[in-house]
Amino acid sequence: MAAGFKTAEPLEYHRSFLKENCRPDGRELGEFRPTTLNINSINTANGSAMVKVGNTTVICGLKAELTMPPSDAPNKGYIVPNVDLPPLCSSRFRPGPPGEQAQAASQFIADVIESSDLINMEELCIEKAKLCWVLYCDIMCLDYDGNLLDTCIIALLAALKNAQLPEVTINKDTDLAEVDMKKNKHLNINRHPVGSSFAVFDDTITIVDPTAEEESLSTALLTVVTDEEDRLCAVHKPGGTSLSAEKLQHCINRAVTRNKEINKLLNKVMDSMKMSK
Amino acid sequence: MELDKSCPFLREYGNEQSLLSRPDGSSTFVQGDTSILAGVYGPAEVKVSKEIYDRATVEVLIQPKVGLPSVRERAREQCVRETCEAALLLTLHPRSSLTLILQVIHDDGSLLSCCLNAACMALIDAGLPMSYLFCGVTCAIGKEGQIITDPTTRQEKESRALLTFAIDSVEHNVLMSTTTGSFSIKELQQCIAISQKASEQIFQFYRDSVKRRYSKIK
Repeated sequence: MAAGFKTAEPLEYHRSFLKENCRPDGRELGEFRPTTLNINSINTANGSAMVKVGNTTVICGLKAELTMPPSDAPNKGYIVPNVDLPPLCSSRFRPGPPGEQAQAASQFIADVIESSDLINMEELCIEKAKLCWVLYCDIMCLDYDGNLLDTCIIALLAALKNAQLPEVTINKDTDLAEVDMKKNKHLNINRHPVGSSFAVFDDTITIVDPTAEEESLSTALLTVVTDEEDRLCAVHKPGGTSLSAEKLQHCINRAVTRNKEINKLLNKVMDSMKMSK
Repeated sequence: MELDKSCPFLREYGNEQSLLSRPDGSSTFVQGDTSILAGVYGPAEVKVSKEIYDRATVEVLIQPKVGLPSVRERAREQCVRETCEAALLLTLHPRSSLTLILQVIHDDGSLLSCCLNAACMALIDAGLPMSYLFCGVTCAIGKEGQIITDPTTRQEKESRALLTFAIDSVEHNVLMSTTTGSFSIKELQQCIAISQKASEQIFQFYRDSVKRRYSKIK
């Protein structure tokens, strides 16, 4: 009987749960879904990570290539993130060129990388104006169940943390690059930005980590990205109904707590990798 | 540049409506040197794949001055589209499309907020029913922590964070927020307060502009 009610009146179905301060999957309003992280799943990539937040599954693969630095920043390398939402992850995405959601997500991730000063781009430069690293981060969603942006940020961060770049020297005589595959070093990660997404229902109730159904029924979506020094790297609210200042403050506080939880998880995984070596 | 909190500094702005003959509504909005031309078509027919049974489908296209629209324009389009969807009464036009096209004439900073202002004026010109008006305000946080409203391209480059908000006209709450750069929570709250103050000036300008236009028509 509940299944029939859910199909016929999805909004009323969700409202009846929200009245009791809980959600259909049993979570509290401020509770995130269980998050699991797996690194180094792709051996052919320089770094990789797979993250599951509830059912939402995202995998990030990082490939490093050598190229000439851009002319406006000759002493910096660059990162190119790309978020892909294939038809595999949900029936709402059709095959073909990336849709608006994928492109907006890619732009958002690029902005977060720049805003949070994640890594020093100067470190990616090998020789000024001649050679630098470009890191292609391909973030692919395997299962879309809401909260894409948070999951992508965690996957990207984990992939960058476990990325290993070979040492490159430029041979003075031939002026060619020589790559030493045996010497690998990790990237220096300055900051650890973590995102928290919220959905607003009926202009009043704010829930954390919405599933795909909750996202489609919500009246507004908000993503807050904080780093470990409690500075905000992004407050992304692409339209929707208005949000008062107190609600925004409440969301930011929740985001700060989430940052600590995810960083603990990330450190646990990185330590377990070191131990297994 | 010190900020006088009682009256946030906005560059000289101007607006003209109904300048194009084919779109149902059009407007141009100028902020300093930044200029955007907006055209609205709707309610019109919608492709069956895009139609929504109980609401209108809003499409936004932002054409940059040079080149083809890229990923950056898509992100801006998403912000403008969702703001318009919240403000417009979409349920009055089910299975129809409302298309909003924004052409960048010149970009000298505060591009997204100029797009939002031009979009709102074009929607007013088209006579589409809205539950509230919206306006865009951009704030830049400089290296010493000073807050500049409506920055030029040079001020944007020298800033450490850039925040754009869309504010609604009834309750003066934040409808849309998009930020680059990192900032503290206190700076965010200050920027929101300043944007709300600045939005009052812009809404007064909308009222004066529309009043002037309709007082000429007999």
